[in-house]
Amino acid sequence: MNLKTETDVASYVSDAYADGRKLRIVGGGTRQSLGNPCESKAVLSTAGLNGISLYEPGALTIVAASGTPLADIETALAAEGQRLPFEPMDHRGLLGSDGTPTIGGVVACNISGPARIQAGACRDSLIGVRFVDGTGTVIKNGGRVMKNVTGYDLVKLMAGSMGTLGVLTEVAFKVLPAPETKAVLLMEGLTDATAIQALSKALSSPYEVSGAAHVQKGLDGDPVTMIRVEGFEKSVSYRIEKLRKLLASFGESSIEIDPVRTKTGWKWVRDVESFANQTGDVWKISVKPADGPKVAQKLPEAECLFDWGGGLIWALTPESTDIRNTLQGISGFAERVRGNTQDATPARAPQNAAIAKIERGLRTKFDPKVILNAGIMG
Amino acid sequence: MEMPQPDTHVMNRKAHIVQRLQKVLPESAVIFEEQEVRAYECDALTAYRCPPMIAVLPSSTAEVSAVLKICHEESVPVVPRGSGTSLAGGALPTSDCVILGVARMNAVLETNYDDRYIRVQSGRTNLSVTGAVEQNDFFYAPDPSSQLACAIAGNVAMNSGGAHCLKYGVTTNNLLGVTMVMMDGEVVEIGGAYLDSAGLDLLGVICGSEGQLGVVTEATLRILRKPEGARPVLMGFDSNEVAGACVSDIIKAGVLPVAIEFMDKPCVEAVEDFAKAGYPEAEAVLIVEVEGAETEINDQLAKIKKIAMKHEPVELRESKSAEESAAIWAGRKAAFGAMGRISDYMCLDGTIPVNELPLVLRRIGEMSQKYGLKVANVFHAGDGNMHPLILFDANKPGDLELCEEFGAEVLKLCVEVGGCLTGEHGVGVEKRDLMLTQYSQKDLDAQMDVKDVFDPKWLLNAAKVFPLSCSDDRRAI
Repeated sequence: MNLKTETDVASYVSDAYADGRKLRIVGGGTRQSLGNPCESKAVLSTAGLNGISLYEPGALTIVAASGTPLADIETALAAEGQRLPFEPMDHRGLLGSDGTPTIGGVVACNISGPARIQAGACRDSLIGVRFVDGTGTVIKNGGRVMKNVTGYDLVKLMAGSMGTLGVLTEVAFKVLPAPETKAVLLMEGLTDATAIQALSKALSSPYEVSGAAHVQKGLDGDPVTMIRVEGFEKSVSYRIEKLRKLLASFGESSIEIDPVRTKTGWKWVRDVESFANQTGDVWKISVKPADGPKVAQKLPEAECLFDWGGGLIWALTPESTDIRNTLQGISGFAERVRGNTQDATPARAPQNAAIAKIERGLRTKFDPKVILNAGIMG
Repeated sequence: MEMPQPDTHVMNRKAHIVQRLQKVLPESAVIFEEQEVRAYECDALTAYRCPPMIAVLPSSTAEVSAVLKICHEESVPVVPRGSGTSLAGGALPTSDCVILGVARMNAVLETNYDDRYIRVQSGRTNLSVTGAVEQNDFFYAPDPSSQLACAIAGNVAMNSGGAHCLKYGVTTNNLLGVTMVMMDGEVVEIGGAYLDSAGLDLLGVICGSEGQLGVVTEATLRILRKPEGARPVLMGFDSNEVAGACVSDIIKAGVLPVAIEFMDKPCVEAVEDFAKAGYPEAEAVLIVEVEGAETEINDQLAKIKKIAMKHEPVELRESKSAEESAAIWAGRKAAFGAMGRISDYMCLDGTIPVNELPLVLRRIGEMSQKYGLKVANVFHAGDGNMHPLILFDANKPGDLELCEEFGAEVLKLCVEVGGCLTGEHGVGVEKRDLMLTQYSQKDLDAQMDVKDVFDPKWLLNAAKVFPLSCSDDRRAI
């Protein structure tokens, strides 16, 4: 099977629907272990759906086939001084996977990075999709313009649906100018609670912070707190100095402006590189930023990395421990991103009854025979 | 406007339904006298009116739940209503319906500056959300023109935008969670004060679903710290094409202003008569606003002015004071009012790819000749969201129909060049029958499938968004 066009995908899914054959959807295959194990009889690869079909730098929009390598899109944008706003994470290091991340995979998993705190998630930049539902029907939603409220926003519904509502064939984004320069304020040795307060203060300032992270063990083994600003040079140097003054009461700080070092540093946070070569399960926990330190407190055996101002916690935990019971009472969402797939506890826990009923209803409409990544979302 | 045949079986039971509603709501919250329900006969799309059977004004999520449970049991259609400012007829009643107005639910429930969110009841007005946090220099970003009156409930229903969404996004990008009552009365919590939620992005599809999936009673909204300052620059150009090219060049240069507003000559002339904003005599006027500290503003404006100069503006006026800034914005903000003074008008809302701007403006000019109706264009140029205002005379027989025909042709053009029917106002009844120009039957089926799941009996605002011929079978169930 070599699917090259949307029509190929539609006819392949249509056949599978007729036979009730369960499919595993694969883009570049770099995030295959995310979610719960899924039942499948065959693999549907979108890798053959490749290419940018439209890029209008003056309109800040790009449209590409779902199998297009993410790197190709980033290269095309960089050539015009633009970028995807949401800084998608690369899971290869953390999950120990190979392959080439595709834009379709990014959308299916709603992959976002540190910039989410300011620029929103993948779903916030996604403005249009085309997909093939579980019966083989081609459906489009949204389009190529950045303001569009025509009908229901299935674009958002598709983002993060992990292929369970349809096979993405084409995705459209609004993009942003890449900044002229970046600067990072670094503070060392802060406790979790103090660091999150500092991040919160920075994020509540008018200085447009585009990254706010705290790492319990930095490269030298000590805690490091990182605050990023981006933009035109004069503006960046103004804002980073203001932030330094604003946060002076939290202790000493230094400013990093070297483009290579700032880029490497944030990639290290984005890709959770510090957990890549350590054994243990990895959990991704989303809470109110102020609850971040509480999460870490409840997980004394875990090593934690805080992003999104404390609202995202990456926790490296002893293998096969379900932290969700421990975290009960804190509002939010936790999923296991890395761990033993044979574990009795699922990576994603079931939803409450009311939400589960709606989700089941939607899946029954879009994938009546449950043939698309069956069971991956729990 | 074709609307479904009212359900006489429902209307015959009006007294019984009123009685049941009175058992779960205070007396003043159930309105059923013919003279009184008339207050709810239309929203801001005043060309269409229809008094509802009953209107209710609940004060809590529990009351909304009780109302919907009764309506569900009695199979009574329900039309949710925020402040009634929809330009698309989103809150237009049917004569067999209960209008569910959330205006009494306007409390602030929680404000959290450390985590940068506010939780409000959905009847709270957009501007008063900012009002609740501005003493701490925070604001709620989406700023529809109707923000003084419009409710968060309607903003969520229509996924409202505003002039500043080029930088801050629209409602969906600033909404963290909702409490929603399903048509059968069940209360669900979706999302919350954190960024990632489990499961499917239901919040994403609820926002912009025009009150067809449930009644949102509470919303958790992202709040932001106010910028240190903001300053606009006003530019006049010889032609729409040149102004369009200038917008495109500004964006390509990496400057992302907080707003880029465009007005064509007919609009500028009307505004000048009305607001005396001192706009130049030019074919096209742009207002570009940037934010930040003084030095940042100067730096960005220098870049913008340099780009603008290449396009030989007939005028380039940078605000030097708060008064001058206000004067520059005064005209733009008065644009709709200025038009309303001259004439009745219909406000369109299509979005186009920014690079198609000159072509679309030219074609609209040609259509204006053909239909013999004047048009003024005012819109958010940075994101291609157009607002052509077609002028007509409501008292002249046939003029409204002519205007609608003209409007439909403009919207079809927006779709033809790669855009969409509505950028921020919503489909409502106004654009309902044009939906098949943008979407195929199968595309619409997928959307209506979503409604089937949330509201299987199709009782919530059912005559909107989808052409009646497309939704007939589903509504009949």
